[in-house]
Amino acid sequence: MTTISNFLAPDHQRCDNLFAVAEAAAARGDWDNAATGFVHFQNAMLHHFAMEEEVMFPAFETRTGMTQGPTAMMRSEHRQMTDLLNQMAEAAARKDSDAFLGDAETLLIIMQQHNMKEEQMLYQMADQVLAGELEELIGRMRAMD
Amino acid sequence: MSKPASLSLDQAPPITVPLRFFLTAPLFAITAALLLLWQGPDLFSSRWNPALLGATHLLTLGHMGLTMLGAIMQMLPVVASAPMRRPALAAALVHTLGTGGIVLLCTGLAFTLPLALKFALPILGSALLLFAALVVITLRRAMPHNMTARAMRLAALMLGATALLGLTLLSNHAFGWWLQSREALTNLHLTWGLLGWVGILVIGVSYQVVPMFLLTPPYPAKITRWLAALLFILLLALAPASHSPALRILLGSLLAAGFAVFALTTLRLQSQRRRKQPDVTLNFWRGGMISLLLAVALWLAARVIPALDMAQSYNPLLGVLMIVGFAMSVINGMLYKIVPFLVWFHLQSRRGPSGPKVPNVREILPESRARGQMWLHFAALGSLLAAIFLPASLTYPAALLFGASNLWLWLNVILASRTYRRINGLIIEASGHGAAAPQIMK
Repeated sequence: MTTISNFLAPDHQRCDNLFAVAEAAAARGDWDNAATGFVHFQNAMLHHFAMEEEVMFPAFETRTGMTQGPTAMMRSEHRQMTDLLNQMAEAAARKDSDAFLGDAETLLIIMQQHNMKEEQMLYQMADQVLAGELEELIGRMRAMD
Repeated sequence: MSKPASLSLDQAPPITVPLRFFLTAPLFAITAALLLLWQGPDLFSSRWNPALLGATHLLTLGHMGLTMLGAIMQMLPVVASAPMRRPALAAALVHTLGTGGIVLLCTGLAFTLPLALKFALPILGSALLLFAALVVITLRRAMPHNMTARAMRLAALMLGATALLGLTLLSNHAFGWWLQSREALTNLHLTWGLLGWVGILVIGVSYQVVPMFLLTPPYPAKITRWLAALLFILLLALAPASHSPALRILLGSLLAAGFAVFALTTLRLQSQRRRKQPDVTLNFWRGGMISLLLAVALWLAARVIPALDMAQSYNPLLGVLMIVGFAMSVINGMLYKIVPFLVWFHLQSRRGPSGPKVPNVREILPESRARGQMWLHFAALGSLLAAIFLPASLTYPAALLFGASNLWLWLNVILASRTYRRINGLIIEASGHGAAAPQIMK
């Protein structure tokens, strides 16, 4: 059966992989590939945030009545990561490798801690409380571009 | 189900909590280098040499111990999924008592001053036992499937046991009572300290940080589930086995195998990392794992070749490989991930939507500085190992390199904490004076 955990956690992996490709290209000074790689990575991240914030979080909040709980914290971490992604986009445009790699390193730590919290707690909580509507929710997330 | 608050990021303790430990720790390693310079080639002449006992504890308690205490205080709320109660007070108590106790202990050991040891006993004892209890209690709330929390709790129990043995030996030094099994207790004390507290802690922390920083595959579930507990049980079994050499060798061989599995797995995962660019912390960890493997190989070789066990160089080699090669390399590497990130994280969360720009982690601690210090550390490690065989010509260069490496580490931590103060000052200025001003020193 598809669950929130085994639908969204592999998407973290996909983002990690795209991150590694973009970062490696920037570290080599290969800005053509770094720029393309970064766009792929940024789009994957924003897509992941959108699936959570537009579908999964609202369903979780409605079901549990908690709007100031874990989802609020996850949303604020999404904002923090979006800011870093924007800074990295500017650095990539300037071909400024120190700024790009410095922000990349920072983003990676935030991202990994964030993913760990989602995978070890939030997704598991969501799988329990949303058990009756998993299929519909995952279908809606799948349909997002 | 867990309470929602347990996900919150504002459970992080103030930055002063870990920083006070990180800023003090390198000073103890520098002092150990000075002690080596002062004692010269005689330092390694016997494992009971007072100056060597002092230098060893400057490194294990002063440098490694304080750094690990600071890092655990930072990590506990994350690992336990719950904030620690009164973190600043706990840190102030543990840090002040710990630092004072270590100074007294090492002075008393190195210069054979029973009075200093008498004072060290209650001060250091309360700091270490208080800390061990704090960790064990806080981690009761951790999620049951969190393998890092489990290993950290076992490591803290080992710290408590090591401290109790250490206090027994210390009271023997301080009051001069007759302790028949002093050598057996000393062996147990150093084995539990290095393999139990340091070893199991490094293993538990690796489960999280190796995959996280390098994007490696996770550690195999068999290892994360069993290894720390198995090592813990083997180490406990060493206590009743102290009168049976054959059983001791069996337990020791299993311990050696366990640590070899850990080091080899770590090296394999690191080679499968998806982040390929050069990384200072990765090099520190590789050096640490290779040192651990060399120590295991040396120990096993000495079981097969008795002459090696008898050699004067055997114990110092094992000690330098485990302390400087394994533990200090791993710890030093971790500091370069922890310190810049903490500075960034605290500045970012204080800054507000329109505050001054926060420097990124590479601006907070430039990679070139970390890399330079790393080479100095490995040069110091190599020359310390060589000095065991050629004490007359290499002791002084080794001591100088070791001191210089730790001085540079200290300056790097200072640089990052100064950046924090400077930018934090700008943030307070930008957010208007008055209300926020008293927080400048936070």
